[in-house]
Amino acid sequence: MSVVELARPVEKARATPKAPRRRVTAWHRWLSPLALLVVWQLASATGLLPERLLAAPATIAATAVDLTQAGTLPTAVGVSLQRVLIGFAVGGTIGVLLAVVAGLSRAGENAVDPIMQMLRALPFFGLIPLFILWFGIGEEPKILLVALAVSFPLYLNTFSGIRGVDGKLAEVAKTLRLSRGRLIRHIVLPGALPQTLVGLRQALGVAWLALIVAEQVNATTGLGYMINDAREFLRTDVIVVGLLVYSALGLATDSLVRLLERRALAWRRGFLA
Amino acid sequence: MATRLSGVARAFGDRVVLDSIDLELRDGEFTALLGRSGSGKSTLLRALAGLDDEVTGTIEVTDSVAVAFQEPRLVPWKRLLANITLGLDAPVSKAKEALAEVGLTERAGAWPLTLSGGEAQRASLARALVREPELLLLDEPFSALDALTRITIHHLVLELWARHRPAVLLVTHDVDEALLLADRVLVLDEGRIAHDIPITTDRPRHREDPDLVALRTTLLAALGVSPEGRS
Ligand SMILES: Nc1ncnc2c1ncn2[C@@H]1O[C@H](COP(=O)(O)OP(=O)(O)O)[C@@H](O)[C@H]1O
Ligand SMILES: [Mg+2]
Repeated sequence: MSVVELARPVEKARATPKAPRRRVTAWHRWLSPLALLVVWQLASATGLLPERLLAAPATIAATAVDLTQAGTLPTAVGVSLQRVLIGFAVGGTIGVLLAVVAGLSRAGENAVDPIMQMLRALPFFGLIPLFILWFGIGEEPKILLVALAVSFPLYLNTFSGIRGVDGKLAEVAKTLRLSRGRLIRHIVLPGALPQTLVGLRQALGVAWLALIVAEQVNATTGLGYMINDAREFLRTDVIVVGLLVYSALGLATDSLVRLLERRALAWRRGFLA
Repeated sequence: MATRLSGVARAFGDRVVLDSIDLELRDGEFTALLGRSGSGKSTLLRALAGLDDEVTGTIEVTDSVAVAFQEPRLVPWKRLLANITLGLDAPVSKAKEALAEVGLTERAGAWPLTLSGGEAQRASLARALVREPELLLLDEPFSALDALTRITIHHLVLELWARHRPAVLLVTHDVDEALLLADRVLVLDEGRIAHDIPITTDRPRHREDPDLVALRTTLLAALGVSPEGRS
């Protein structure tokens, strides 16, 4: 998240013509990470930092290239990405649907909300042993853990988004004689969307987290498996490559949501600026 | 179909806002409803619009009602044209005509939050009129506008009313607005229609017209205000 935050001043500096000082500052920001990388490399080269604790940056880079060329990394990424996407789709759909049911009526709220609040209190990583008992060690427990993790932020945010929709617009809908279906489609859901998107970003964060945990505990494929397997052979370079790929994937999906946000909330832009 | 109210009452807790309203709004008639702030004007209008489930008494009203509120209440995530067509069965060309009528053709693709107050209010009027209502309810739709914009919109409303001929109920606290626009002025006081005064002066009207000056004094007195200030 903070990396994305750091990117902002750079963009601004490029946009404004006379900001030479800021451009220098932006460049300065890369100095300390680079220095750290150099120190790390030196420490590894001199044997100060043994390879079984942490591989050298150069080794890690070489390993990344090797793993990619051998196809190990792309396959692992593909498998993990698929788990996240399916889990995300399932959990997201359930979360939003439940939020609509709970958000649109008191009866719906009474039926759904208490259960969701109780489930939310469960430490869901603690469910892994149960999930393994129920679903074995195939794809299901991993996908379901992601789905479970994703459904809560989307449920909570969409629910509060629906409840936050301006009652005056609901009155307008009534005077325009909108059917219930149209009310939901044109007023309620778009009105809840800003809050749902907040939930979407939170959900993505926990989706990757849930996947990492699930893949560490039991997997024979995927990034988590690659990392776990590397641990057995003290391949810290492979572990770091796996971690970097996880964070890159997390950032990539996050910026996808930002893009979606910018398009879906275009109506607010003029007024926020 | 004329609108008829008899024995219409509404209380919020112990506070009786509408005591017993008996009223008929005739087809095509432009009626202004005056009353002090808090006298129940909006409550009455909401009852007519079918927005109040707890009102008692008999209300006979056509299905073909449209409302413009004090705030324009455009749906912010729909562009202007989509706001006009929302829930509309008529073809899009109708909505474009309605926008043209209020001078907003160029703004059809604009987001509501980028409109000025006057533009948004005109859009809200277009959204109501495009439904060709038999009864048009206006709840102080001009009160937030600056004086110049208000004059322009007054003309626009009269023009649109003359063309489409709905019955209009205009809620206002502005005596001059009522005198300039309406065929008939009602004064709401203590939960009842305290005065029901026809205005027969020809349009276009001028504030200095002696008949209107006399009526203004009468109405201000009815509202408990003398022309120089509160009596
Ligand atoms: N939903 C409500 N709950 C409680 N009191 C209300 C409500 N709506 C209106 N009132 C009260 O009813 C009175 C009349 O309100 P209103 O019809 O809005 O007056 P106005 O003539 O200014 O339009 C006011 O005293 C107001 O406080
Ligand atoms: Mg009012």
